[in-house]
Amino acid sequence: MTASQGAGAAANPAAQFVLNPDRGEATAVSYNDDIVRKFTAATVFWGVAAFAAGLAIALQLAFPVLNLDLEWTTFGRLRPVHTSAAVFAFGGNVLFATSFYVVQRTCRATLFGGPALANFIFWGYQLVIVLAATGYVLGITQSKEYAEPEWYVDLLLTLVWVCYLVAFGGTLLKRREPHIYVANWFYLAFILTVAVLHIVNNLAVPVSWSGTKSYGVWAGVQDAMTQWWYGHNAVGFFLTAGFLGIMYYFVPKQAERPVYSYRLSVVHFWTLIFLYIWAGPHHLHYSALPDWLQTLGMTFSLILWMPSWGGMINGVMTLSGAWHKLRTDPVLRFLITSVAFYGMSTFEGPVMSIKAVNSLSHFTDWTIGHVHSGALGWVAFVSFGAVYFLVPRLWGAARLYSLNLVTLHFWIATIGIVLYITAMWVSGIMQGLMWRAYDDYGFLQYSFIETVQAMRPYYMIRALGGLLFLAGALVMVYNLVQTAKGRVRDEEPVALPAPA
Amino acid sequence: MANVEKDTVTGTDTTGHQWDGIKELNNPLPRWWLYVLYATIVWSVGYWVVYPAWPSLSSYTKGVLGYSSRAEMEKDVAAARKAQESWRAKLAAAPIAEIVKDKDLLVYATAGGKAVFAENCQPCHGAGGAGRPGGYPVLADDDWLWGGAPEEILATVRFGVRSGHKDARASEMPRFGEQLKADEIRVLADHVLSLSGKGAKSDTGVKLFEENCIACHGDDGKGNKDLGTPNLADGIWLLGGTRETIAAQIATPRHGVMPAWEGRLDPVALKMVAAYIHALGGGK
Repeated sequence: MTASQGAGAAANPAAQFVLNPDRGEATAVSYNDDIVRKFTAATVFWGVAAFAAGLAIALQLAFPVLNLDLEWTTFGRLRPVHTSAAVFAFGGNVLFATSFYVVQRTCRATLFGGPALANFIFWGYQLVIVLAATGYVLGITQSKEYAEPEWYVDLLLTLVWVCYLVAFGGTLLKRREPHIYVANWFYLAFILTVAVLHIVNNLAVPVSWSGTKSYGVWAGVQDAMTQWWYGHNAVGFFLTAGFLGIMYYFVPKQAERPVYSYRLSVVHFWTLIFLYIWAGPHHLHYSALPDWLQTLGMTFSLILWMPSWGGMINGVMTLSGAWHKLRTDPVLRFLITSVAFYGMSTFEGPVMSIKAVNSLSHFTDWTIGHVHSGALGWVAFVSFGAVYFLVPRLWGAARLYSLNLVTLHFWIATIGIVLYITAMWVSGIMQGLMWRAYDDYGFLQYSFIETVQAMRPYYMIRALGGLLFLAGALVMVYNLVQTAKGRVRDEEPVALPAPA
Repeated sequence: MANVEKDTVTGTDTTGHQWDGIKELNNPLPRWWLYVLYATIVWSVGYWVVYPAWPSLSSYTKGVLGYSSRAEMEKDVAAARKAQESWRAKLAAAPIAEIVKDKDLLVYATAGGKAVFAENCQPCHGAGGAGRPGGYPVLADDDWLWGGAPEEILATVRFGVRSGHKDARASEMPRFGEQLKADEIRVLADHVLSLSGKGAKSDTGVKLFEENCIACHGDDGKGNKDLGTPNLADGIWLLGGTRETIAAQIATPRHGVMPAWEGRLDPVALKMVAAYIHALGGGK
């Protein structure tokens, strides 16, 4: 190396990372797929746990006797077990699995940091989940929605998360592709923003180093605002940006079609990232939050509509020229249906952020229905699609054990979701209308308990929907285990119509 | 770009990039998408002009409407108060006995009383005062422990039963299990049942009843509302009407508690709910 070359590299340290590999050269890169296998297995395990916990608490609402009169099994303690299992255990593991799979392949580089770092991230994250969940059952909680774990779990998660950023970002830096693929933009935005959200919302002073209790540094309306800035962006960056990363890799891969529009991906990425972070105050309409904040929260939520839909358009339009594949490929059907649910819930969200609508919907089951059309329809379905894609490849199987079982899973789960969200729409709107009903003299027409009694049939329908969704997931587990064992079910392929 | 290709299916150019086999088409932004995005921005800017929106260091833009959600809420509450004002003034002035006789006032009071009852009384006494097993009396029949006249009902609601309030309804039945033998209590339970035509009458039973019960429950066992002693001859049972439950109540009586509502509910709400209970069907 000459002196001038050395000086050039020092003056522009990034230059050494922006490689322009010889595209003609066939380079064999060995990927760390062991870590992807671990996270994929954890995804399936925690997914079933999350759906089962959801079914349990749905049944508790319909049949209160199932609280069992034990402090550890009451709804109040089991509900965060369900939400954390769904968002952080199931959703988190699928994000780790897919991001590590995608970043290595789209960068043509082995995961940065080696197996030791990757394994620390895996086991550290599983420990976070177990510590959080056991804490909830024992009554250890910060009482902040989706940020319930106490300070010691928060610190461990922060450490794991920094390692995640190092592994992911390090892989990006040593990539052997000139550009960074769009899926990785979304993954990186998710990792960075979640780090900021997690740290700021969980700032707290422990009462003692040997105890679990801490007090948050935020108070009053600032606390509420910080919490929902965090809470909404857990949805925005964890469940939206991260999962758009999944969508941008697995939809074009499974459809074997190019992404519809590069320009749309650029514009909707930056608008989504810029706008989402403002939308939190719509969780606090008509509260002590200053009016100007409520206005900004509502208007930025509305402007967010099209940036969200940019992802849907890019996902769905990637199928142009490949629509016929939906007839024969149930994995692609999961992926495309997830994008459709994504479009529906990212339209419903802005609608519900409008103050006039929110005055009816807030605190009702409508919100629960909205969240689940996103969580079951979008997050879980795109995850199922990705897992069905990954398992044969990761375990070296020729193909999935059974496509018919994937189809069965698809229909059971879809019917479950439809039952769930329609029941919650009806129940939520009815609940909101009953709360605001006055008689001719200006007295409340219904007592609270009367609204609960009216909702009970819908709670039962919702539990049935959850049961179907769980049953579908168990079909998936069986199918994946058989696939990993290298078995192939003897079944008729789906008949294609004869060409006209 | 060197690697730009034409997609054979759609005829669109790719961008020339490729990652793990994934290419990208160079399609423009969908027009409708862009225009709807612009429309939401324009609408939001308009909203910012009209409503409170952007903060400065010490204040915020108030918006041309001068809207404030707190002022709006106060206006709504004031309007609701005003609509009820004249009724509430009349209810505050009139004694409960007059309220139940004044047709217009009664319609209003029972409407308000129903709302008060549903939120405060229903958890124990059931919808429509249907009562609940385990000592929560039915309020829709004409069997009253502490009297069913409007002013008596109001007093029970205000001060409660064994609530600790100084004016509370209070009385306690002695534990006859400490004075009588087990077989005597069984005979007595049979006698009590016979008052409503169910159990076996016996000379011993009559004698035991006269010695131990009539002082409070009356010669004929029909109770005394001043003491809160129940009527034993009407076949209505607060804690169960079997021989076993009656015997248990004689041996080791249970005494229910109802909280005092004075102080928790305002005086008008107390009158309204008393009028509502009186009108449930059994008011005297």
